[in-house]
Formats: sequence, structure tokens, C-alpha cells
Amino acid sequence: MKYLSEYRDEEITQGYLQALRKVVTRPWTIMEICGGQTHSLVKNGILDMLPPEITMVHGPGCPVCVTPLSIIDEAIALAERSEVILCSFGDMLRVPGSSRSLLEAKARGADVRIVYSPLEAVQLAATNPDREVIFFAVGFETTAPANALSVVQAHKQNISNYSILASHVLVPPAMEAILSDPENKIDAFLAAGHVCTIMGMDEYDPIVEKYKVPIVVTGFEPVDLLQGIYMAVMQLEKGVAKLENQYARVVHRDGNKLAREAIGEVFDISDRTWRGIGEIPKSGYEVKDDYRKFNARLKFQLEKMVVKENEDCISGAIMKGLKKPFQCPNFGTKCKPEHPLGAPMVSSEGACAAYYQYAGMKEEVL
Amino acid sequence: MCLAIPGKIISISGQLDETFRVGKVSFGGITKEVNLSMVPEAKIEDYVLVHVGVAISIVDEEEAKKTFDYIQKIGELEELQNSPGERL
Repeated sequence: MKYLSEYRDEEITQGYLQALRKVVTRPWTIMEICGGQTHSLVKNGILDMLPPEITMVHGPGCPVCVTPLSIIDEAIALAERSEVILCSFGDMLRVPGSSRSLLEAKARGADVRIVYSPLEAVQLAATNPDREVIFFAVGFETTAPANALSVVQAHKQNISNYSILASHVLVPPAMEAILSDPENKIDAFLAAGHVCTIMGMDEYDPIVEKYKVPIVVTGFEPVDLLQGIYMAVMQLEKGVAKLENQYARVVHRDGNKLAREAIGEVFDISDRTWRGIGEIPKSGYEVKDDYRKFNARLKFQLEKMVVKENEDCISGAIMKGLKKPFQCPNFGTKCKPEHPLGAPMVSSEGACAAYYQYAGMKEEVL
Repeated sequence: MCLAIPGKIISISGQLDETFRVGKVSFGGITKEVNLSMVPEAKIEDYVLVHVGVAISIVDEEEAKKTFDYIQKIGELEELQNSPGERL
């Protein structure tokens, strides 16, 4: 097996669609948490093919989308210091800050570099001892171990010119925030497969129990997503709420213990502001005091910035699943991937950008 | 951003200590250096799931097959329900 092509097989995809059509009897609203899943659902045309009873709504699992404006501004302020090389994943570069994006800062002379891995940034620090290398450490639980590992490596190699600007967010507190919203209408969740690869499944048991909501840990390929949706619909039709695992080929019940140890070594759980949603208690990671010299916020004595979001962007309602992109008056007009008003139009994993690129903005199929 | 891709380990080289265990992983022919410190039991020929340069899980072939067995079982169950006479 190659673990990719088999999960894109058209015949098996059609098999799951057919099975779904046979079992569904009532309307159900299912939220996929992860932006990667949103991207795959839209790109592969799955939303068009699902039975009309099933409505998929798209969750807040796009780290680019939920990173607050103030942190983007912090990254830009750091990048504009002459001694700094600011390293970032590519998709953060076009996110608009309050006056400009990292890409625009780069065009004005800031040394901003795209890296594939935080470990590359550590090596860049080792080879540029006269510069300060800062990694813009954005991500969910999936990315936290790699970011933690970069700090541990820098520490062990005595690389003192490396630090991270952390903007880490956690899935379960966001799910609780969505379920607690009085307007919530979500019947079941597809949990994010790669987040659970790290964290395991135990932290979702209390959510299933408290809210009586089915949760299916799901992968990212078309066959994965359809099997996950099928498993969720089967639970809903039977009137049960359980935690199930569609993605058992990589997700173990107890996750990856070593990865969690790396997170625990470097990060503490902290309150975190989510762009478009607001502050959620204990929903992120910040660098531990033991590793404070690797915390760019402390190292460069950043002052907390207070900035205002663009009022024309309804990203909060989009990410809570209360509104679809086409219900925004600015979607595709004032707000496009080239000129995004807000973050869901920036990242290809943002619901607005995914709809804009692949779904042709057809209201009837969305 | 949580994109993670399965690839096959083609070589492993230990460096310094367990934090720096690295290997070469082939993604359909494209080879990249990957940190293997979080999958200490991974060996050459194993498929690992790689996210931002770090392997986070070994792909379990037996579990992988179950997705395809599952859809087959749904189909068989339906046939059983649709034509009980023939089956019994």
C-alpha cells in the first residue's frame, strides 16, 4: 500500500456515497474540525455528491485563520528589526496584519523566509550566529511537537540566537466553545485525525458524554472523509453518541506519548485569543518559563498590541459553522484571495478560500 | 496546516542522541530528511506519517485495510437484507 492513492479510489468513494444515501432518513449537520478536511471535501467535490439531508459545516481548525491580528502584527514588528530573520510556514505570509502582511514587510526589506520545518530554522540560526532567527510557531496540537523539538534542539546545541513566537491553539476547548453557543446546531463532529495522532482520543470522551454528540476521528482523503461521515450518520440515525476512530491506521487511542512529552517539556497550557471567536480559556500553548530565553515575546520585550479586526469580515460566524461563506455580502466581491478582508479567505484551508477556489460559489450545492 | 503525508523510510542515521534521530523518507520517489525521534520503533521500509519534517506515527497496514473491508461488509450486509431467501 502507498496509503494515498487507495484512499482516492473513485469506486470506493461511490460505494460509500451509495451506502450513505441508503441509511440517511433525516437532515443532519456535521462539522469537520480541521481546515485540511474542509479543503479536501471542497476540492474533491464531496459536498456536491453528499445526500441533500447532510449539511457539512466547516470548523475553526485552520491555524492561519484563527491567529489573532495582534500576533500577526507582532511577527511583522519582529521581522522589521534589522538583526532578525523571521522564519514562517508559507501560508502565514499573505495574512493581512492591521497595516500590512509579512509578504509586504518582506517587499519593504524585512528578512522573512519560508521554511518547511521549524528544524530548518534552528539550522539557519546555527549558520547565522550574528543574526537572531525567530520561528513563527503557529499551529494546532499536530504542529506543537515539531515546534517544541526545535526549542529542545536549539537548547541542546547551545544555539542562543534562536527563539519562537508561539501562537498555538488546541481543538477540544474550541469544540466546547462551539457546542456552548446558544445558536449551535451541530449534530456530530469529524475530529481532526492528525491532532488525535498526537493527543490520542481520551480528551474527547468528556465532550461526547457532556453534549451527547457523536465524534468520529477522521482522516483526510475522500474515502476517509466519506467513511467518517457514514460512521457519524449511522450513530445519528441510531440515536447514539459515541467516540469512534475511522483513522486507526495512524491514530492510536493514546496518541503519540513521546510527542506529548516534547510538548510538555517546552509548553504550558495558556488562555488564547482566537481570531473571529475571541478568548477561549486554556485553549493554547505558551513557552514555559524554563525555556524563556527561547520565547521571542520575552526576548524582544514585545508589548501587547491592541488592534481592531475588520468589521466587514464575518469570520467568527463562519468558523462556528453559523454562516456559509456565500452568506457574507463581501464574499467574492470586496473579499477575494488576492485581497482578503479576513483570514478564512487567506489560507487555502480557510472555508472562504476553499469555496472561492473550488466550489464556483454555487449556493444550491453548498 | 495539519497536512501530514505518508512516506517510506529508506535509511536511518542516528545523530548525537535520540532528539536528533533522523532518516531519509521517500514520498513517491521524492526523498526528504525527516526527524524520527518521535517514532523510535520505526525501521527501514516502514511507512511513517510526516508533518513539518517530523514523523508523528507509523502507518499500520492491518488497520489501513479495514477501511476497504468495511465498505465491503456494508455491501454484503445490504445484499443479505435484500435477498434473505437466497442467503438462508
